[in-house]
Amino acid sequence: MAHSTDSVFINLGPVHPSTHGVFRMRAHIDGEVITDIEPVFGYLHRGIEKLAEGKSYRQVIPLTDRLDYVASMNNNLAYCMAVEKLAGIEVPERAVYIRVIMAELQRIISHLLGIGSFFNDMGTFFTPFFYMFIQKEKITDLLEMVSGQRLLFNYMRFGGVSHDLPDPFLPALSQFLREMPAEIDKYERLLKENEIVLARSRNVGVLSREMAINSSISGPVLRASGVNWDIRKADPYSCYDRFDFDVPTGSNGDCYDRYRVRIEELRQSLRILEQAVSKLPKGKVINPVPLRFKPPVGEAYSHIEGNKGELGFYIVSDGSDKPYRMHVRAPSLLNLSALREMLIGWKLADAIIIFGSIDICLGEVDR
Amino acid sequence: MAELILFPASIRSELPFGFWLHLAIFAIGIIAILLTSVIIFIWFERRLVGRFQLRKGPNRAGPFGILQSVADVIKILTKEDIIPSRADKFLFWLAPVIAFSPVVVMLAVVPVAGGALLADLDIGILFIIAMSSITSLGIFTGGWASYNKYSLLSSMRVVSQLVSYEIPLILSLVGVVMLTGSLSLDEMVNAQNVPFILLQPTGFFIFFIASLAEISRSPFDLLEADSELVAGYNIEYSGMKFATFYLTEYCEAIVLSTLTATLFLGGWQGPWLPPLVWLLLKITLVFSIIVWIRATLPRLRIDQVMGFAWKFLLPLAVLNILLTGSFVAFWPEAPSWMIGIANLVLLIGYILFRSRFFKPGGVTVGAS
Repeated sequence: MAHSTDSVFINLGPVHPSTHGVFRMRAHIDGEVITDIEPVFGYLHRGIEKLAEGKSYRQVIPLTDRLDYVASMNNNLAYCMAVEKLAGIEVPERAVYIRVIMAELQRIISHLLGIGSFFNDMGTFFTPFFYMFIQKEKITDLLEMVSGQRLLFNYMRFGGVSHDLPDPFLPALSQFLREMPAEIDKYERLLKENEIVLARSRNVGVLSREMAINSSISGPVLRASGVNWDIRKADPYSCYDRFDFDVPTGSNGDCYDRYRVRIEELRQSLRILEQAVSKLPKGKVINPVPLRFKPPVGEAYSHIEGNKGELGFYIVSDGSDKPYRMHVRAPSLLNLSALREMLIGWKLADAIIIFGSIDICLGEVDR
Repeated sequence: MAELILFPASIRSELPFGFWLHLAIFAIGIIAILLTSVIIFIWFERRLVGRFQLRKGPNRAGPFGILQSVADVIKILTKEDIIPSRADKFLFWLAPVIAFSPVVVMLAVVPVAGGALLADLDIGILFIIAMSSITSLGIFTGGWASYNKYSLLSSMRVVSQLVSYEIPLILSLVGVVMLTGSLSLDEMVNAQNVPFILLQPTGFFIFFIASLAEISRSPFDLLEADSELVAGYNIEYSGMKFATFYLTEYCEAIVLSTLTATLFLGGWQGPWLPPLVWLLLKITLVFSIIVWIRATLPRLRIDQVMGFAWKFLLPLAVLNILLTGSFVAFWPEAPSWMIGIANLVLLIGYILFRSRFFKPGGVTVGAS
């Protein structure tokens, strides 16, 4: 006997424990199965792109901190690179290396939080999250040493970085680099082959290779679908072409692969960090630009491999000291473009972990 | 049917109001111990989970933070009591009561020392099973009456999950009943010269897992499912009513720890220490394992939970009955170590056999 029930409309968010902020999904469910879903953005819209038009170029740097607030170093970097490209500013060699170190530390933070909250969505009672948060705090301490801040670092400047590394930074960093591989092994031992983790995430929320490319998805989500696309390799910026590292890719494009890719990227980030620390040159860290800095008329787009995907800044200058237009290519937003297709047909519990495995940051989605 | 035992019958009949005295002492004692231990166990769980998560847990209110739960109780009792405007007010009010009372009643048949229990029912174990089902009715009523989609989904999960796990839970006890030859819990404890966990490892395994599902603890905490259903069936509850549901959950956890201790770990029996202390120690041990599991494992999906009950636990429970039954029927004088080893072999063999091709939730759901 076939049972059928009317589909129920259920509102996931904007205030919901697993929407990672203020995201909202209007879901229609039939029993436990999702039949239709409509993402709603905009609850965290602060008009950052418009605000940037009213501020001088330098004043925009703190604004970019507030995009993806667990990855503000990367946002700084991408924005500064775009402005440098626009104005043709050279960056000293030491600053390039420092930028890479900061970006990779930031990537580790972001991936740790992404993995931790993914397991929270899966229903672990915060234990993996706390394990990862402890390591995240160690990196936050490191970044606090260089910038004085613990979340929104505001560290990069046009032509370099604001301060040189303080003396205790490098010893602390190398101690962290010594400890972290064992920590990652611990996560692997605890989680990698857990039967429930496999049952919950394998073959769940499969994003096919074609669909990932067509939806212009980037970052770990794209690589989990088997596409070897990493801007650090494909269009090397800073000094990534001088480092030896691999781009981990998945094969299935399911939630488990996304988690695996992030874990492997942690290891690759550590490799990059080790090489960057050993090659770190001496010298000045900034080629100062004037305070009222006016880039020439023109436009520039610069992109980096952000933590969540391709993070790009497009800047148009009219020759004044304020950007005429700034646009952010936010990976979190674009990674959500296939969300509806990924969620339909899965159970409510699956939808939560699929959404969690994309690892978005609402500050970046809504801007 | 109920034979009340506290004093030997001869003394009881001589004392004035002997029956009522017994009733009063035990009823008040059970409720007082249960409610106090809930407060202590909540604190205990938080401290323990804190250790598992590399943090300290509550440590500010009182020594070792033991007054934290007291503070929480005061806070929760002084909160505003909200009833949603479209809720079914009577059922909304009734649900916590339906959920809570049977849990307390279940303790009436558990012996705390030799022959010391409120009511020595001949059908003790059936009574417990019957009562434990009523709690899920209360939870379902609460979820339904709240007029909230999350709590409705949660209560649907309650019904399906609890009904499914009741069956392996009951069947796992049949082995114990056959070895004892009685349904009374007092007799069961007396029969455990060797704790039944050694004679019935399979029964213990099934009973423990099924009771985790019965009290909806991790990895079967689907009806609360923080990350999906926010809080589940009690989402609209606040104040005293919420406290009652919360109390129910912990009381259930304690009662099922008590039952595990009584049925499989030898109950109050133990050398040197007084019986009640032994019982409490065993309860704490079982409860700690429940907390350990909660701090460790992710949550299963609803279809995987159901599949696990019907495809894995139920056949195992039936095999266990067959094995134990054939011992009791055909070879009653078999040494107990042989029963235990045969049972253990069954458990390990079954797990190895099924783990090759049994994958929880191997079926994915296509779009309908």
